[in-house]
Amino acid sequence: MSETPGEAMPHTSPLADRHKALGAKMTTFGGWEMPLQYSGILEEHRAVRERAGLFDLSHMGELFVEGPAAGEALSAAVVSEPPRLAVGRAQYSMICAPNGGILDDLIVYRLAEERFLVVANAGNAPLVSDLLAQRIGPFRAILDDGSLATALVAVQGPRSVEILAPLTDLEPAGIRYYGIAEGAVAGIPALVARTGYTGEDGFEVFVETARAGELWDAMLAAGAAYGLVPVGLGARDTLRLEAGMPLYGNDLDPTVNPYEANLGRVVRLDKPIDFVGREALRRVAESGPARLLVGLEMTGRGIARHGYPVFVGDRQTGIVTSGTLSPTLGTAIAMAYVAPGDAEPGTIVEVEIRGARVAAKVVPLPFYRRPR
Amino acid sequence: MVPEDLRYTKDHEWVRLAGDEATVGITAFAAEQLGDIVFVELPASGRSLQAAATFGVVESVKAVSDLFSPLSGEVIEVNADLASQPELVNTDPFGAGWMLKLKVTDAAEADALLDPAAYDKLIAEA
Repeated sequence: MSETPGEAMPHTSPLADRHKALGAKMTTFGGWEMPLQYSGILEEHRAVRERAGLFDLSHMGELFVEGPAAGEALSAAVVSEPPRLAVGRAQYSMICAPNGGILDDLIVYRLAEERFLVVANAGNAPLVSDLLAQRIGPFRAILDDGSLATALVAVQGPRSVEILAPLTDLEPAGIRYYGIAEGAVAGIPALVARTGYTGEDGFEVFVETARAGELWDAMLAAGAAYGLVPVGLGARDTLRLEAGMPLYGNDLDPTVNPYEANLGRVVRLDKPIDFVGREALRRVAESGPARLLVGLEMTGRGIARHGYPVFVGDRQTGIVTSGTLSPTLGTAIAMAYVAPGDAEPGTIVEVEIRGARVAAKVVPLPFYRRPR
Repeated sequence: MVPEDLRYTKDHEWVRLAGDEATVGITAFAAEQLGDIVFVELPASGRSLQAAATFGVVESVKAVSDLFSPLSGEVIEVNADLASQPELVNTDPFGAGWMLKLKVTDAAEADALLDPAAYDKLIAEA
């Protein structure tokens, strides 16, 4: 999680006063002032794994693409194939540069036959908005950047269905994973998606910014009996890392392509519409990636962090992109790019921590999978 | 109020001096600012430290922070409990969360450290 230096005035969440009243430590992330933690990262992390957590995700970008050719337009702009989505379904996607570098990772929801919602990372939302506007230009589709007009609150954790059900006219248990439905939550018109960034069951609820406070209060009150607590970006980071989900800016950036990030399955090279990055990505698919994103578990004493070099013997094989002590597993875990020949689970590597080599091994991702 | 019997650095270490033996840790304010501490790296016994030199690191879930020795001296003991229970730094920073003991070279160096009132003022303004 990196701060964004040099940005004069960060955006303020519509829930900022509530966070401060709850005793949150705030941080600037992706150009927004957001809660880093309330009671503490470890406690918040455990609450999400065992019960439920409430997240303010107002910083995320919401981009609506609408029109008779909205699906085709998006298909030309991103690496996945949105026209293949059924209404009410979502897909993970990426938007790439002509050279195949990842400019952002996204979730694309099909809200109606001719209406899609693209959710972009906070720090990238202005760029993605500009790129989408350019790339859909030739198609009968328009872009409506709803980032500031839309707030997003997520409930994540095993008790999420029970917490949300009494608040909504929808049947949360009936929404499939990576599904989205339109209804009311706490009497507020909302889009309710069964998506998240924690590795747990849960929902992301989109409402108009003006009503975010009402939604937050209603969810916090409804969840109290289930042990729901507010959760900041600190625990969001440890939760997503355990779940093996990459974070843009740490694990993904414009120098990385989807195949290197182990996200090649998302790229539809053979879709009927040409898309930005296709030729470069086809070459990578044919020749194979130059490096691969893997999971590491530290076997020696120490915590690998973003930027630490990874060695096999005397040869530097790559670099750590995310690392922490896993609150669930109790061991230090990391994601790193390594040479393809060193990417096999079981491979013994060393991470250089403050000048000393510390043993680690390549392990399969994710580190944590929720019990079902 | 911070404990009256200690001296402090502006980097939020504390030191308790008894004769030529000093016990060193980080303050409750530092522990609170760092958040949940999950890893502490300390030097080996016998190592010589100069005042203000880095003697180790403390890691929270999110961040790595250097630790600075308040005084010059030789490390005579480190708190071995912190290897398995780094959270002691959060729960009892001035007690069971101590980090190391030094045989100090020059006890007069402590005169240059912050007294409790000066440290209280520092954290009130932080």
